Amino acid sequence: MQSLFKYALHLADNALILGHRNSEWTGHGPILEQDIAISNIALDLIGQARNFYQYAALLEGAEAFRDREPGNEITEDTLAYLRDSHEYRNCLLVEQPNGDWGKTVLRQFFFSAYQFYLYGQLQNSKDETLAAIAAKALKEVTYHLRWSAEWVIRLGDGTDESHSRMQMAMEDLWKFTGELFTPSEFEIQLAKEAIAPDLSLLKPQWNEKVNSILSEATLEGDTDKRSKAWMQTGGKEGRHTEHLGFILAEMQYLQRAYPGSEW
Amino acid sequence: MKTIAPIQVEQVWDLLNEVYDPEVPVLSVIDLGIVRNVEVISTGDENDEIVVTITPTYTGCPAMDVISMNIRLRLLEHGYKNIRIKSVLSPAWTTDWMSEAGKQKLKAYGIAPPNPGQQVCHPDLFAEDESVQCPRCNSFHTTMISRFGSTACKALYKCNDCHEPFDYFKCH
Repeated sequence: MQSLFKYALHLADNALILGHRNSEWTGHGPILEQDIAISNIALDLIGQARNFYQYAALLEGAEAFRDREPGNEITEDTLAYLRDSHEYRNCLLVEQPNGDWGKTVLRQFFFSAYQFYLYGQLQNSKDETLAAIAAKALKEVTYHLRWSAEWVIRLGDGTDESHSRMQMAMEDLWKFTGELFTPSEFEIQLAKEAIAPDLSLLKPQWNEKVNSILSEATLEGDTDKRSKAWMQTGGKEGRHTEHLGFILAEMQYLQRAYPGSEW
Repeated sequence: MKTIAPIQVEQVWDLLNEVYDPEVPVLSVIDLGIVRNVEVISTGDENDEIVVTITPTYTGCPAMDVISMNIRLRLLEHGYKNIRIKSVLSPAWTTDWMSEAGKQKLKAYGIAPPNPGQQVCHPDLFAEDESVQCPRCNSFHTTMISRFGSTACKALYKCNDCHEPFDYFKCH
């Protein structure tokens, strides 16, 4: 049963990569308070990733990575630092470059809204560990959703400049939102076993939330056209945009150059 | 065979009362409410296993590793050799588990203690927590500056009367 391993990795990779992206803002935020806010969100996400990786390391499927670890013990670090981009299972949305502040907060809003409904269901999973991680993380995601939604409204319904930048961010990011609700084989399998939520049930909730915020932010645009937009997928199966490789090159450098090092 | 030795358990709880949060050094791990259980598993000799179960405040809180190490060191200092620190996620930690004494200590330290209840855990936009009291002048006339503060567990506030900025240990 490798589906559970793949799913735990998928959840972990989503959180790790978005956490890493957000951490790129640390020390570069537009103002101190927001620098602290985005760094806090990064920390929460990386914490979630650690929990999912720690669990994944115990599951059937993890042994495939045994020979990569000098000590031969598979840990959260093996899975984060010693897998290549084609082995990462995160959604394409989270690996997209930060762009300006508007693009970062819009990406966070799309993803936090997704996580909010996902964890809301996952906390009732038949898998007790996934349920516990989700219940814990949901409290944090609730903050992220509020914070990011407020920023989307503030900038979308702000000045001409901030509005036009948010529109550009919409054009850049919208095509990656469909993948959140396009189930992979492992999600379909685990939904049948009441371990993973059925993504088709989350989609209407996400749509309603996103539409209401976009409308308040005057970014609604042509909703009909938006709902029929072509969507880019592949991340869950390891087919990524070129950006992920650059993230991993930076993030994994130390472990690759000095295997087994600790600090 | 497992037996509980009540005297040891009480001693361990007392020692834990002297292990402090590295980020908020006036609060012990007991005040914070993160110690969920202390168990002594008897091995028949002096190496009884002490199992301390803790739960993280926030998923990514980096203080947890330090806390766990400090618990171990504290117990080692007092002659306990066989120590296991177990981390559990469920049920999820809430500020409602913070002790009354802990709340008083926080306030004296200049951090507004958490309001009771789960007020913050709903996604209404631009809504503030119920009035947060300034730890300095006790005014309820305060404004939130940022929902995220110097650590995951705090928000940043400002008092509109005495004009002091202060940390609020947000309810969670």
